[in-house]
Amino acid sequence: MRRRVCIVGVGMTPLKALSPEVSYKEMMFEVANKAYNDCGINPRKDVDTFICCSEDYIEGTSIFDEYVPDQLGGALKQVHTIPSDGLFGVCAGILQILTGEFKIAVIEAHAKSSNILTPDGVHMCALDPIYIRPLNVNPIFIAGLEYNSFLYNHLFTKEDCAEVVVKNKKNALKNPYACYGANLTIEDVLNSFPISYPLNELEISSYADGACVVVLASEEVAKDLKKKPIYIDGFSFIQGSPNLEVRSWDFPRATEEAGKRAYEMAGINNPNREIDFCEIDDTYSYKELQHAIALNLNETIINPSGGSLGMGYIYEGTGLMRLIMAVLQLRGEAGSFQVRINNDLPRKAVVQSWRGIPTENSCVLVLSRE
Amino acid sequence: MKNFFATPLRDEDFKKKNFCYETWIGNCFYAWDCGKAIGRYLEGLKEGKILGVKCPKCERIMVPPRIFCEWCFVLVEDFVELKDTGKINTFSISYISWDMKRLEKPQIPAVIEIDGASPGYGILHLISEVDPKDVKVGMRVKAVWKEEKEREGKITDIKYFRPY
Repeated sequence: MRRRVCIVGVGMTPLKALSPEVSYKEMMFEVANKAYNDCGINPRKDVDTFICCSEDYIEGTSIFDEYVPDQLGGALKQVHTIPSDGLFGVCAGILQILTGEFKIAVIEAHAKSSNILTPDGVHMCALDPIYIRPLNVNPIFIAGLEYNSFLYNHLFTKEDCAEVVVKNKKNALKNPYACYGANLTIEDVLNSFPISYPLNELEISSYADGACVVVLASEEVAKDLKKKPIYIDGFSFIQGSPNLEVRSWDFPRATEEAGKRAYEMAGINNPNREIDFCEIDDTYSYKELQHAIALNLNETIINPSGGSLGMGYIYEGTGLMRLIMAVLQLRGEAGSFQVRINNDLPRKAVVQSWRGIPTENSCVLVLSRE
Repeated sequence: MKNFFATPLRDEDFKKKNFCYETWIGNCFYAWDCGKAIGRYLEGLKEGKILGVKCPKCERIMVPPRIFCEWCFVLVEDFVELKDTGKINTFSISYISWDMKRLEKPQIPAVIEIDGASPGYGILHLISEVDPKDVKVGMRVKAVWKEEKEREGKITDIKYFRPY
């Protein structure tokens, strides 16, 4: 049997639209402490490797990896950063533990979105500088292209997508970590300001500030820690094409591919039947539907946490946020937003993340509590 | 070079756009929340004080302040006022400006170990009112502050350090 890596500790700040009371370092320190207390470890003695997911353009500081060790307990230890979504950092941590050289890995990602004064200008820098940027269109147009192609090629309507917003914002009202919960109607969503046809304002997840830390451990070490481990049965991370000209615009093929690989590793044959719930990317309304189809999860409970639409969008922290929400569910610690399947706690979950426009990537984890 | 089949480019080729290239000036602006520790540090500077913090475990006094000790990994909340004097730990003499222009009067960035902080704990600032060739490691220096009404809670509320 394949060796499994476990999630043994999690820590997250409730998301906020603004957070002037703490610096990003203080936010990281707070959640790192939560995660270490969650599993009962001392980072100075017990952690072998630290991975932070951050993007210099989003931090506003280049060579950002130099700024992360101290507040995680990683001073003069093995630390590196990955400029991608937090779930990609989790995959890096899994791979490091599977080498047998590392027993405990810490993964961190955060966002101080409120500190980015020109988010659209930052996103613009992600477009090809020679043949896309000079057209000078707000980069959200990429979501518009995807959305339009999705509606054109599939049997979904704008109303179906608006329903995702209504559902997720309603779920978020029960989640103390969420900051954009609301009781909306489909009409509210459809009548909200048009941003980039067919995408309306309420179909876009709003920026938030927050930090997440996840502690991974090998199965042998996990057994001796404070809480019952959550097992990572399967994982995959896939990068799509950078070329906007040759994308599969209507369908997230990177998510489909990542799902196939993760399911194969986890021995999942019928995700809709075997998976109890999922936390999947919903950066925009239509993305949740796209990802649910690509992962064969459209009949399961989707984003009971409220997802990014209800909780907030925290850039590279988003994947870890989804993972932490799933871990709380599997442990039975989700409180007011706990999912129950026939009065029992859920057993298996899928977590998926996408790095947002203009990327075509995806990362999928299959989790279980046994 | 004889066998290298490429067209050499000169400065004037760039200026005259004799070949195709693209440029981009980014529209990226940021703010940074100072938070508890640095927020209080900056408030201290506005009042003409240098603040540090004391780790409750190893008792080191650290400056600039932070809410954690990176070695003990514990919460640090005990602020202490330090002196505005210290000694030069290391320095350099910079003959070019940040945008690569030659400076008539060089800048002297230095790490200044602040009196009252634990050994090795200092702040980075500039040294002035001294001939660059006279600056030495271990030299005693004192902060030269802006006038109180001009101070705004920034590291530049200290204009520079000078020997004393």
